[in-house]
Amino acid sequence: MIPRYQTVLFVLLLAASVIMTVLLWRQLDRAHQHMLEGQSSAPTQAPLVAPAESATLMVASDSDGSLQPRVLSLPLPSLEANPGARARAILGRLLDLYAAGDSAHPVPGGAASIEQVYLLPEPANDSNPSTASNKNAQTGSQLAVVNLSGSFAASHPSGIETETLTVLSICATLHANLPRVGSVRFLIDGQQHDTLAGHADLTRTYLTSQAIAEGATP
Amino acid sequence: MRWTEPVARVDERRRLAVTQITGCPILATYLFLWLGWGTILCNPAPSLAQAPQPPHYTVVLDAAHGGDDTGGHSGNWAEKDTTLALSVRLRSLLAARGIAVVTTREANTNIDPVHRDELANHANAQACISLHASLSGTGVHLFTSSLPPAQPARIQPWRTAQAPFINRSLSLAGVLNSALQHAGLHVILGRTSMPVVDSMACPAIAIEMSPEGVPGGSDHTAVDSLNDADYQARVAEAIAAAIVEWRSPASGTGAQQP
Repeated sequence: MIPRYQTVLFVLLLAASVIMTVLLWRQLDRAHQHMLEGQSSAPTQAPLVAPAESATLMVASDSDGSLQPRVLSLPLPSLEANPGARARAILGRLLDLYAAGDSAHPVPGGAASIEQVYLLPEPANDSNPSTASNKNAQTGSQLAVVNLSGSFAASHPSGIETETLTVLSICATLHANLPRVGSVRFLIDGQQHDTLAGHADLTRTYLTSQAIAEGATP
Repeated sequence: MRWTEPVARVDERRRLAVTQITGCPILATYLFLWLGWGTILCNPAPSLAQAPQPPHYTVVLDAAHGGDDTGGHSGNWAEKDTTLALSVRLRSLLAARGIAVVTTREANTNIDPVHRDELANHANAQACISLHASLSGTGVHLFTSSLPPAQPARIQPWRTAQAPFINRSLSLAGVLNSALQHAGLHVILGRTSMPVVDSMACPAIAIEMSPEGVPGGSDHTAVDSLNDADYQARVAEAIAAAIVEWRSPASGTGAQQP
């Protein structure tokens, strides 16, 4: 015969176990959600409090292989305070256009595909480093390093034209809005990749002037 | 004068890939390897001591991807299969016209990009065609290397071996454009940076076959278009006609070596 107090204690402990299990499960789920939100918590969208400014996006079209300028009004971070975030917001808007259903250059991913944009002083190409660094200091030319997400590269349509247009439109858009950007390099998840999706070379440095010239001639 | 054709591998940590040195004096070859300048490609300068080569006309067909590298894919369709089918068609058409053809692959095999360029550069070809296919866009896309033109030099870096041939590649693209448009195909011309084309020491073009018709169709429609035997035959016929035109001395298009 089990004493009554032991039965009551057992029931209470069982109830406590069930409640603890439910609470732990909910905490785990909440922590998982929080972690997922944290991955994209970096500001891919400019804060709405920022004043709207016009930005020129060089939008690609698969039908004729061209880049066409499109001027949009966007809330953007200050160029002086945070040029990298500004570049990221502009490129994010460009990739949002490509991810839209009616895009002439359909590429899935959208703004979250731009993980970071770093703006650095352009490295010297001159054989004499001191001369080259002086030249770069005078011109203030910058190298933009665009870090794309691995999921963007994995889901990018494969093809010479589509990959080349994506690369050229990013280069030309950067130059249109940050004229000091003279060259662009690409990373995927922080690492150098041979190609974007099997064709366009991502190991080289792209000159923005060349990107504009190549994109302008369908 | 002694000439050598060694193939060596150099430090990949410096991203120097595989070194292919053809026609370099042996002293220059080892000097460059010792200096670690890595990927170089030497073109033998014309020499009175060399016997004149018999005139021949060779075309290199590079069916892109293969083996594990499917290229673009959707469902059961893979780019590697379409490029191989197009390469086989084109090889037959060119052989029937008496043109020597070198192909980089004849089956579903994985070929290293450097090996493709080695094959092309050893062939001393008058035209190198890299064949691709894509579900994006429409028509046929002709891409030449975006490298800036350079003067022919005795020693060319491997990664920019295409630079001295840029003008002739653009000329070849023009001939292909005319032939494809004459066949009623929608053509897009462009410049791009692709390692395989950039390292080819011959007039080189990347040809990308995309679905015929209106862009924005479903993948299923696009695959049907790319698998259409009639469409493939028209593209291959037009490319073959362009290569025959490119061979003709009357065309003045630069098929002849400078």
